[in-house]
Amino acid sequence: MNFRDPALIKRLSKSIASEAKGLPEMKLMEVCGSHTQAVARFGLRKLLPENVKLVSGPGCPVCVTPSSEIAEAVWIAKKGAIVTTYGDLARVPSSLGSLFEAKAGGADVRVVYSIADAGEIARKNPGEKTVHVAIGFETTAQTTAAFLNSSPPKNFLVLNCHKWFLPAMDALLASRDLKIDGYICPGHVSTLVGSNAYRFLSEKYGVPQVVAGFEPLDVMLAVLMLVRQLNKGEAKVENEYIRVVKPEGNAKALGLMGETFGVGNAEWRGLGVINGSGMPFTRRFGHFDARYALKPKVSRGADMPNGCACANVLKGKTEPKDCRLFGRACTPEKPIGPCMVSVEGACHNALRFE
Amino acid sequence: MCLAYPGKVVSISGKEGLIDYGGIRKKARLDLVKVKKGDYVIVHTGFAIEKVDRKNALLTLKMIRETL
Repeated sequence: MNFRDPALIKRLSKSIASEAKGLPEMKLMEVCGSHTQAVARFGLRKLLPENVKLVSGPGCPVCVTPSSEIAEAVWIAKKGAIVTTYGDLARVPSSLGSLFEAKAGGADVRVVYSIADAGEIARKNPGEKTVHVAIGFETTAQTTAAFLNSSPPKNFLVLNCHKWFLPAMDALLASRDLKIDGYICPGHVSTLVGSNAYRFLSEKYGVPQVVAGFEPLDVMLAVLMLVRQLNKGEAKVENEYIRVVKPEGNAKALGLMGETFGVGNAEWRGLGVINGSGMPFTRRFGHFDARYALKPKVSRGADMPNGCACANVLKGKTEPKDCRLFGRACTPEKPIGPCMVSVEGACHNALRFE
Repeated sequence: MCLAYPGKVVSISGKEGLIDYGGIRKKARLDLVKVKKGDYVIVHTGFAIEKVDRKNALLTLKMIRETL
């Protein structure tokens, strides 16, 4: 079973070219940081004809976490709590500096792989508060839900920055200045919500969508399926990732999500406030809410550094290489904008691989 | 962030399973899935988030060969 078979990838590339021949330019958007990485790492853009453009959307959680939420985490770290977080977020600056700068100044900031590891830190430090900065979409939020539903320690709190992803896909299609001809839907968000969850977008906007996995063959097949739909004038949801994603999603995980989170509004860096994308705790889990327990006071910092084009990169309006800072003032070693900080960011991947 | 790896469930103990990733073995939580020993799962940030269906994996490859 080889989803990286070079011969099959080449044949898919030829099929896409012949299917797309004579069609107007198509802008297909992938909306998952892991797709951004796969596309860049395997050089897939070079295997597509000129009229099939593959752009990255707002699928990188580190990139879309607004500066104000990072400032809240820094505020909490500076007050003396143990703060745990996932990798790259600790490098992103805010009005109070980054979490790593707070750590350099003496705060106890720890990078963890899993919320379960953060819980273990809380267990080992019963006299202190451990606050986990929980970012990410449905994929990661379900792990937060599972952990909070399994008797976490009493000194454990969550700075909840989770976001529902589909409202962002809706907002992008509703925005008049963007032209998106098809979505490659996020494979691992889809394990939870199921492929049927995207149907309303195809019905509302007439765009084809394909749920896809993360191997080169998955992405190339998804592109072929989208181009075929566009060629036939169809707009439906297809599932390429049938080995993992079910039409109805994961019932057990959806149950835990419903117990734990409700629906609110949330701010996205570069996209502004998106209605229905906020994931507040339900009343039952309110006592784990670090915002309620610690009441961090932060001012709104600028979400985008001067000259940084991340806001438009996140919407697929600007290609990373067209930002005047790209590769000059802004590099993975010395990033200025969030899309260069994160290993899932469009700018980071464009500079590293393309 | 949504990066996840496939691995095989080697053993199960309560809410945790030992997962084999082609030789490297690491524990993962099983709260979100119903699995048994021998199943393949996708693991994200220490939690198995879904089962991998071997039959459907083979079907996808077959479908690719047939559509080309």
